[in-house]
Amino acid sequence: MTTETLIWLVPLPPLLAFFLILLFTKQNNRLSHLVGVGAAFLSWLLGMLVFVAAVATEHFGEHPFASSVGWLPLGGDTFSIGVLIDPLSAITLFFVAWTVLMIFIYSIGYHNFGQPKGDHDVPGLPPHGAKVDGHKVPSIEPLYARFFAFIALFAFGMFTLVVSDNLLTLFVGWEIMGLCSYLLIGFWYAKPSAREAAKKAFMTTRVGDVFMLLGIVALYSATGTLNFREILYDNHMLMMLASVDSGVLGLSAAGLIGLLLFIGTVGKSAQWPLHVWLPDAMEGPTPVSAMIHAATMVSAGVYMIIRMFPLLSAGWHAGGDLTATMTTMAFIGAFTALFAATIAVTQRDIKRVLAYSTISQLGFMVAALGIGAYISAAFHLVTHAFFKALLFLGSGSVIHGVEHGVLHTGEDIDPQDMFNMGGLKDKMPTTFWTFLIGGFALSGFPLITAGFWSKDEILADAFANGHMAVFLTLALAALLTAFYTMRQITLTFLGKPRSKSAEHAHETPRTMTMPVTVLAVFAVAAGWVGIPEHFPLIGGLLPNWFHDFVGGTLFEHPEAVEFNMIPLLVSLGVALGGLALGYLVYRNASAEDPLRKPLGKLYTILENKYYFDEIYDRIFVQPAKRFAENFSYLFLDRDVIDGLLHAVARASFSLGAIFRNYFDLPVVNGSGDFTAALTQRFGRILRRVQTGSVQQYMLVAALVTFGGLFYYLFRVLQ
Amino acid sequence: MTFPILSIIVFLPIVSGAVLLFLPSERRDLIYRFALGVAFLTFLLSVLVYFGFDIEGARYQFMEQYNWLPALGISYFVGVDGISAPLVLLTGIVIFTGVIISQRIDDRPREFFAFLFILASGVFGVFVALDMFALFFFYEIAVFPMYLLIALWGWKKTREYAAMKLTLYLFIGSVIALVGALAMYFASGLQTFNMLALEGAGFSASFQQLWFPFVFFGFAVLGGIFPFHNWSPDGHVAAPTAVSMFHAGVLMKLGAFAALRVGIMLMPEGAAYHLPWIILLSLVNVVYGAFIAMTQTDAKYMIGFSSVSHMGLVMMGFATLTYDGFVGAGVQMVSHGVMTALFFAVVGMFYDQTHTREMGKLGGLMKVMPFAGVAFIIGGLVSMGMPGFSGFIAEFPIFMGVWRSYPLVAIIAVISIVITAAYILRAVSRIFFGDIPAELEGHLHDIRPSEKLALGLLAFVLVSIGLFPGVMVPMIESGVNHINEIVHLIGGA
Repeated sequence: MTTETLIWLVPLPPLLAFFLILLFTKQNNRLSHLVGVGAAFLSWLLGMLVFVAAVATEHFGEHPFASSVGWLPLGGDTFSIGVLIDPLSAITLFFVAWTVLMIFIYSIGYHNFGQPKGDHDVPGLPPHGAKVDGHKVPSIEPLYARFFAFIALFAFGMFTLVVSDNLLTLFVGWEIMGLCSYLLIGFWYAKPSAREAAKKAFMTTRVGDVFMLLGIVALYSATGTLNFREILYDNHMLMMLASVDSGVLGLSAAGLIGLLLFIGTVGKSAQWPLHVWLPDAMEGPTPVSAMIHAATMVSAGVYMIIRMFPLLSAGWHAGGDLTATMTTMAFIGAFTALFAATIAVTQRDIKRVLAYSTISQLGFMVAALGIGAYISAAFHLVTHAFFKALLFLGSGSVIHGVEHGVLHTGEDIDPQDMFNMGGLKDKMPTTFWTFLIGGFALSGFPLITAGFWSKDEILADAFANGHMAVFLTLALAALLTAFYTMRQITLTFLGKPRSKSAEHAHETPRTMTMPVTVLAVFAVAAGWVGIPEHFPLIGGLLPNWFHDFVGGTLFEHPEAVEFNMIPLLVSLGVALGGLALGYLVYRNASAEDPLRKPLGKLYTILENKYYFDEIYDRIFVQPAKRFAENFSYLFLDRDVIDGLLHAVARASFSLGAIFRNYFDLPVVNGSGDFTAALTQRFGRILRRVQTGSVQQYMLVAALVTFGGLFYYLFRVLQ
Repeated sequence: MTFPILSIIVFLPIVSGAVLLFLPSERRDLIYRFALGVAFLTFLLSVLVYFGFDIEGARYQFMEQYNWLPALGISYFVGVDGISAPLVLLTGIVIFTGVIISQRIDDRPREFFAFLFILASGVFGVFVALDMFALFFFYEIAVFPMYLLIALWGWKKTREYAAMKLTLYLFIGSVIALVGALAMYFASGLQTFNMLALEGAGFSASFQQLWFPFVFFGFAVLGGIFPFHNWSPDGHVAAPTAVSMFHAGVLMKLGAFAALRVGIMLMPEGAAYHLPWIILLSLVNVVYGAFIAMTQTDAKYMIGFSSVSHMGLVMMGFATLTYDGFVGAGVQMVSHGVMTALFFAVVGMFYDQTHTREMGKLGGLMKVMPFAGVAFIIGGLVSMGMPGFSGFIAEFPIFMGVWRSYPLVAIIAVISIVITAAYILRAVSRIFFGDIPAELEGHLHDIRPSEKLALGLLAFVLVSIGLFPGVMVPMIESGVNHINEIVHLIGGA
């Protein structure tokens, strides 16, 4: 089998699993998860084979794996769909395959496989636990099999997106994931909050999606193709797009298309101002779907703009002025990075902290791409996927452990509130150590963690190219990142337990700790492939493989930035400083956040996420409803248009009456006016109908039928 | 002489309708079987036309022509091209599924089916007519039984009002169109209603500019163009299930199709002149319809206004006068037809059991009728323009065409996709998820196997076109290619 054939096969096992589970194995939990995990494993295996083949190929960037078939005939030529693995999609496939497989395995333990059925569990609600020998123990998820079907479909969407060689199939995968996120966030559909969150996520990302669709439409109209290589490697075409004026906002055609596509990413990767859906998405089964939304789907948004970078940056050359589209990206990315980090500082829910941290980290990537740091953005995408997946799965493990305590003690507390935790270090050692690694990677702990290398590169790039505003904003965001991460670790694992449940928490099963351990390895090691060559002491010991490999995706190989001490010192300072501060402030925390008093009003604003939900409701949702209901429907449709119609009807009736009484009867006596006759004719039919006489209207029908036929036949025979 | 398949398709329903009236009215079973047999035969014939159509072949195929009133240049002249062949198939599908859905109709089924068949004949006639007079003739045949079907079998609360409103709108529309058509007849000097001959009549630009709006808007009323759309949601709601399916699924296409055939194709310069207006009106359709659909609590009203929105896309596609826009509009006519038929069928199925269409009073139906639920969701995905379903295949080229001529319009029009997702999700979650209301508990049962067959067929079409656009798009393109020769579309070869 050729590598191209293997690539075609990568997305298929999960799709097959989706149908198999829903159609055949739904009743059997064990069989269902075997099918699900088996499919994820097959995709993983295929993905690894492809990845290895890709790495082994010399000058892979110029000779990627590609194959395509015709699909949609459009405008004379056929629109082809196909697969493409180039360096960028190869590394994306690598991290997607790993994280997806780990989620699948983790789900088995998370949904309490092997536990008894709950006493009062109903489909659509989280399991409440079962009584066994007088003890309350966790019970299995009522819709266990269905969960595997949904995440399998989700995985299919993600794999499709990654292996696509064109924007259209990428969009297909993108939309499948949107749909699955709706299904998964609303998995516990009997909870109103979950239903609302699902709708919100779908609708918000959908706003981005339609603009992306427009971008695709515009791109196809302008170039006649959506194939990545045909567009992105055609310098002539890119130059042409960059110089043509689009007529909208003074942007070039490339700029406008890029901006539209970027709005898609703003929705999918939860960038400001479309970020509001992601924190609510934590309503999904903790933390598996949360992890999907944080590590997989949102990565797709960034992947897409990295993929389309040559188009987004058309007209820009390294070191030159940024294009309008790039400036927009840099601004939105940097702003989101800081903005979300400030909110994360005040959240109490362990998953919500991670949700805001995800928004913030995606902002880093978007900002990096905005200033042209192509490779750093891709690098951070990969490392972030690993450590954020680790953190989400770790937080799920923590919640699971505390929930166990809640069942045991019967306490009525929120098992996700970090202020109810504390001291879990000794109860859940594996979870603690892995979470610590993930947290340090997120904070950019120097040298040993992957997050350091990728974040440092973004800062170095911003500094070297003189984008000081971006540099300072991101540095500040990185400081806050380290701070809230340490706050989280301290509150959760260190100190003394702040509730009975936390005292009774205990380590989760191996199906949950194994995946986090694997991810922890990557959270450290993934950074080693991208150490800059001129880094003091250790630079050059390992080749900067990532730069060479991924750089090959671009037409022109990007230059590595020159090494500079200042950004390095800054990134060391913010990481260590933030971590230290976080520990010092929170090591003796009680049920009250120590920051609340000193921050005062600001704390309340942050806690309420700058009131974005309320503002959107006030300025978009309510007015749209009012517009639709009161203006469009009641006023315009029913009052004006129908009102006019009724007035015309009344007028023609009276006109008919006038004609009849003052003209027809006295003058013509027998003939009628067109309008009056028409209305009267219907009046007559209506009256006859109301008599309900079967014969009469049967007669009408027969007359019409035969009359028409007879006339026709008569004429033909003539 | 070749097998006159189009004439058989056109006259089989109406003749069978006449035969039905001679069956004893108490033999309901026999009546239903007879109707079902005829509908199935019609469906098969439409499949034959569709798959017998040679994409590489002549522009019009299966042509038949007989003199009718030679003195006036009127002939019975039929044939299908790449645009109308799919519509013939659509009609076949809707009549077949519509009869299946109507198995349990308890009020005078014999007359009901007879009228339904008259309606079908009229619709087939319009789609295949190549003579302008014949087109009008069949058009009136299609409109007339609608009145009786709604007024007699409709929803008691609004049926008389809705039936009257619908008939008035459509008759007035057709009269206005007829005026325009007669103007063409006299101005051409050809003494013929033959549309192929009229295409080459070479009307002057000023003539076209004057008369195009008559013909276009006269027919577009039936396509539901703003502000003449109000008959349609009221009509949908009042009509019995099968008639709603026909009404939204096929009848509205009749308007768009005739506006294309008689309006745009015979007076292309007039179309080009009035294009900005039409784009603007159809844009209102698209966005405004979606907004109103969002506020509706009655499932049928929601679907009715969603039809207004989706039909706006069809007319927008035509009005762009671009190659892509035409292709998209052609696919959208079929896609929307099947999709709405499916929606109304599902609503009819649960209404029979719940006796309410108020979404607030429904819930949890997925538990009792999962098949109907899944079918409804598939329809919903088509409606939202999800890739992999026919709606996407239709909307993508339309937006491409609109983008080419008016990027700003495209940007505003995509808002409707977001709104569509909002009301579809809301409907799905209110009707099919959540808890079954207490007063319905125990009164509900799954739908019948025959109904599953009908829904399955409709869903199958939507998914097939979505996954394998090659089954339909090339045929529509062949039609658009020929139109391109007379209209000169932007972006056409």
